Amino acid sequence: MLIRKPADLRNSDVTPKPLYVNRRSFLTGSVALGALGALAGTARAGKIEDFKKTSYNAGDEKVTPLEAITHYNNFYEFGTDKEDPSKNATNFRTSPWTLKVEGAVAKPLTFDHDSLMKIAPLEERIYRHRCVEAWSIVVPWIGFPLSALLKQAEPTSKAKYVAFESYYDPKQMPLARWGGIAFPYVEGLRLDEAMHPLTLLAVGLYGDPLPNQDGAPIRLVVPWKYGFKSAKSLVKIRLVEKQPPTTWNLSAPNEYGFYSNVNPQVDHPRWSQAKERRLGELFKRNTLMFNGYSEVASLYAGMDLRKNF
Amino acid sequence: MSKLVGSILGSRWTKVAVFTLCLIPILRLARPLWMLATLGYSPELTANPIEYITHYTGTWTIRFLLITLCVTPFRKIFNQPKIVRYRRMLGLFAFFYVCLHFLTWFVLDKFFSFSEMWADILKRRYITVGMLGFAMLLPLAVTSTAGWVRRLGFQKWQRLHRLIYFAALAGVIHYYWLVKSDVRLPLMYGAILAVLMLYRFFLWKQAPPKRAPVAGSAPATTPSTASLPD
Repeated sequence: MLIRKPADLRNSDVTPKPLYVNRRSFLTGSVALGALGALAGTARAGKIEDFKKTSYNAGDEKVTPLEAITHYNNFYEFGTDKEDPSKNATNFRTSPWTLKVEGAVAKPLTFDHDSLMKIAPLEERIYRHRCVEAWSIVVPWIGFPLSALLKQAEPTSKAKYVAFESYYDPKQMPLARWGGIAFPYVEGLRLDEAMHPLTLLAVGLYGDPLPNQDGAPIRLVVPWKYGFKSAKSLVKIRLVEKQPPTTWNLSAPNEYGFYSNVNPQVDHPRWSQAKERRLGELFKRNTLMFNGYSEVASLYAGMDLRKNF
Repeated sequence: MSKLVGSILGSRWTKVAVFTLCLIPILRLARPLWMLATLGYSPELTANPIEYITHYTGTWTIRFLLITLCVTPFRKIFNQPKIVRYRRMLGLFAFFYVCLHFLTWFVLDKFFSFSEMWADILKRRYITVGMLGFAMLLPLAVTSTAGWVRRLGFQKWQRLHRLIYFAALAGVIHYYWLVKSDVRLPLMYGAILAVLMLYRFFLWKQAPPKRAPVAGSAPATTPSTASLPD
């Protein structure tokens, strides 16, 4: 049985529902509510002031409402139901924080919570995000290319792969033990995938710092791979020589490969990957090869993507 | 005490009350669905209402199957023959929820495409076993009337209706094969089913039926064992 903890009073409790459900279209459509809109704007603390817009706009697709992005999460450290992380991550401590870049690098680096925002100039990128469970969203991330960080650390010739590790604290994440997967959550990319300009380290979304349930304070975003590759709440980035272990692959190697590129032609053993449900839409749409990011195809030239799923 | 329970179970009004209780799961969807239709969003249904409703109706199907399977143990342990009056209704509610479950999937996931449905049934084992369970419940719903008990004869009818054991098992396996890694809930339903089936197994071991009782001639300790589940 689900035992619900009483939540603190949230913005959503005191804001009229239609206002925050679809803030943008609601506000642009009603000038008279301008004052209310200003109120809703100020109610959200810690806005990211300085970021530049980019041409990454997911083909002008409709951005998924914030409510969906923050209340439909897979973050097993905080429970396996989609709404669990939004309830259980509210008190997750992301400050102080330490992110280490280490391994096969000339300059190992360490960042604390405040310096995470200053690793590289921040930019907004609107990316499609496709979950292995065949649902998808469009997210306006704020972050910087992972390559900018890796270049600062100066990978040595031994660096062939990048291993990522998420934060894990059983005291703060008591529900993790029921997740059915091992923690801390680990992920990995080939170095050329990590250096690809699309690969992002995100520190915010919708103009704000990352909500806890979306992987605060810093997370990986690899838009052409299934969502679970984009590890949340990173504490370690390690450059290594051999292909690193990855959590879901360890849990079920026949179902989740190291690459896990979005591929409508290669089904999950238990369900089809040909279509996906965009949250907010009634019927399913076709899934695109590499989630529509065909520019990464050259990374896998000559590879059998059926074998390397 | 036992007499009081018996008279409560025998009351017409208790039956109305139980019927109403069984409708609560579907009624609980009304307000969130209305909200979804008018506002375009309902927090209860999550950001993926179709998946939520599919899982919700599926869960209630398994629950009603297990509740139905509790009727006989309850009757025997507490010697309450009148509980049998509720068995058909509970079983039909399981069928009602599985129909909603199937329709949500067929209409909103497969968009009425029979070819896609067949492809999935053949290819996806969790759907294969789920459809098998659904198929087993169909004849049970059809033959749930008193007329069908008479037509088939009680023995045959009873044997046919043992399909519910396999339908419930199919439901639990269907659920277990669907989840990604957190298997707690499917295992819990599986454990409940195992207890209910073990109870039947031990009863059967104790007194193996040489010949299944004919309607109206049940053992004296459980007077209405074989009476029609009216």
